[in-house]
Amino acid sequence: MVDLTSSVAAGQGARELQGPRGPKPRKVVTRANVLIYGTLIVVSLYYLLPMWVMVMTSLKGMPEIRVGNIFAPPMEITFEPWVKAWSGACTGLNCDGLSRGFWNSVRITLPSVAVSIAIASVNGYALANWRFKGADAFFTILIFGAFIPYQVMLYPMVIMLREVGLYGSLTGLVIVHTVFGMPILTLLFRNYFTSLPEELFKAARVDGAGFWRIYFRIMLPMSLPIFVVAMILQVTGIWNDFLFGVIYTKPDLYPMTVQLNNIVNSVQGVKEYNVNMAATLLTGLVPLFIYFISGKLFVRGIAAGAVKG
Amino acid sequence: MEPSISIRHLDLSFGAVDVLKDLNLDIGKGEFLVLLGSSGCGKSTLLNCVAGLLDVSDGQIFISGRNVTWEEPSKRGIGMVFQSYALYPQMTVEGNLTFGLKNAGMPRAEIAERVERAARILQIEPLLKRKPAALSGGQRQRVAIGRALVRDVDVFLFDEPLSNLDAKLRTDLRAEIKELHQTLGNTMIYVTHDQIEAMTLADRIAIMRGGLILQLDSPKEIYNRPANKYVAGFIGSPSMNFFEGVVDLGGAPVFSCEAGDFDLSGYEFGAAGPQGGPAWLGIRPEHIAHGPDAAACPVRMEATVRLVEPLGSDTLARVQVGERLLWIRLDGQSSIRPGDTLTIGWHAERANLFDSATENRI
Repeated sequence: MVDLTSSVAAGQGARELQGPRGPKPRKVVTRANVLIYGTLIVVSLYYLLPMWVMVMTSLKGMPEIRVGNIFAPPMEITFEPWVKAWSGACTGLNCDGLSRGFWNSVRITLPSVAVSIAIASVNGYALANWRFKGADAFFTILIFGAFIPYQVMLYPMVIMLREVGLYGSLTGLVIVHTVFGMPILTLLFRNYFTSLPEELFKAARVDGAGFWRIYFRIMLPMSLPIFVVAMILQVTGIWNDFLFGVIYTKPDLYPMTVQLNNIVNSVQGVKEYNVNMAATLLTGLVPLFIYFISGKLFVRGIAAGAVKG
Repeated sequence: MEPSISIRHLDLSFGAVDVLKDLNLDIGKGEFLVLLGSSGCGKSTLLNCVAGLLDVSDGQIFISGRNVTWEEPSKRGIGMVFQSYALYPQMTVEGNLTFGLKNAGMPRAEIAERVERAARILQIEPLLKRKPAALSGGQRQRVAIGRALVRDVDVFLFDEPLSNLDAKLRTDLRAEIKELHQTLGNTMIYVTHDQIEAMTLADRIAIMRGGLILQLDSPKEIYNRPANKYVAGFIGSPSMNFFEGVVDLGGAPVFSCEAGDFDLSGYEFGAAGPQGGPAWLGIRPEHIAHGPDAAACPVRMEATVRLVEPLGSDTLARVQVGERLLWIRLDGQSSIRPGDTLTIGWHAERANLFDSATENRI
């Protein structure tokens, strides 16, 4: 029989152990690793290459572009195309560049994001915690709304906005964005609030807090991740929107995306590839910036059960 | 005694599922009532109805003589403690304690006074400025009790408050809750699935199953005279041993089953008097004597030890009598081993008889 009692006091003897001991050594260069990292590198190059071409082209002058080597870095760096894209490129009669569209987009995005999130979070909270009569039917209809193609609703929306006198205004577009963001955002918030412990809600009710007090004092402070997720979805969605912007506003009020299209697709004169590239990069900067500053919270919100059914 | 809480003909159904059926319950002032049952028996649902967190389908609830059936939870004069503590994570302990009082618009001085008192009773004064995340499980549950305490109400509701704690802490806090009840003298309703908690804390236990109260009695009565076979098997660990057989009242009352004929002289029949026919006989492991003690018992048999579980204070053994396996409880110092033979026996007054058809006590 093995002497079990002595092993407790072994201490010193441990140094003389034979055979495998301690952490198992891991090989760094294995076939699996080469395959995985190789694939990852190739795929990321594939995605980064267009970005590289755009940045390089936007920093070249037209003569250099005409040489034709699109992958080569510029021989002579110039920021002229960026300046022109921001403040000098022409769309129709206006020659004040993308800056006008940028400010329009800001004026569209900020209120749309704020209003849609504010309403949807209260919707989600009510659906999750205050099961009113017909809540399930209401929720089903709302979710159904998320599956109806936008095209079906474009024209009725035009008529409705015209009737209330908001067609062609920024306010009208903000309303459109708010309405169309509602189904998915409500779903998002409802699922998040459902995942919070129900006993907290009960405790707050025993403590005499009402609908709004529970929302502001208990639910809101616990919901930062999901608000960040909603904000990212809405900012990128609304900033990148083209369809609604072109339909529900007029040329003076076109958002940045529409103006970008008009600059890039203008048929008169020489195609200024460097200005087009700079304009495109400028338009994409805002969503990119949002992702960079809130990436970590975004992942946390997604992980917190935000997107699961 | 004037009832503190009175539940009358309470029905609750979720769609087609009846969770509570025509439930009636009176709880005296200052009484500690435990609702005990396995999961899904309706005990937490009943508590939520009393708290006003669930709308009842029919019936009435009175608290301190007032019909509160339609009242908001905060207006019912109750405080509630939850299993998950349900502390507001973004508030400090003090914020948690004062949230309800601020909602009620209470003057600042009185809030401070109440928090001070609750913190003193529960010994959580050093924790007041901390957030719940910085507290241990036991401290959190103490704060949760404090939140009910500051409300200064007549009725405390506990929804499995100790189930999330480890075994040692649970024993400590259990004693503290009992002490708290002795100090404050509030009416308390306590939901648990843990029979030890129920036995130690309760003035009366209500054993629930399928939305019905099967027995409502003192812990001692429930242990000694379970009203039916379910209660008998539910209370006690290990469970009561059962024999299936027939009660024969021909001469001296006898219970006969395949393990032999057991003398029933001395058994206290229920109010309906002795009843013959098919029945279950139940005997608790701790009421089975063995060795020299067994010699004095009117019911005796030989048993073979199959399994031994030493617990330190006691030793549990599974023994075989004929084809039947029984649990018996022995002294902790016992040195029996599997394969030993024992003489075991019991006194008829320790046994329990249940009708085979209705499973009710005879």
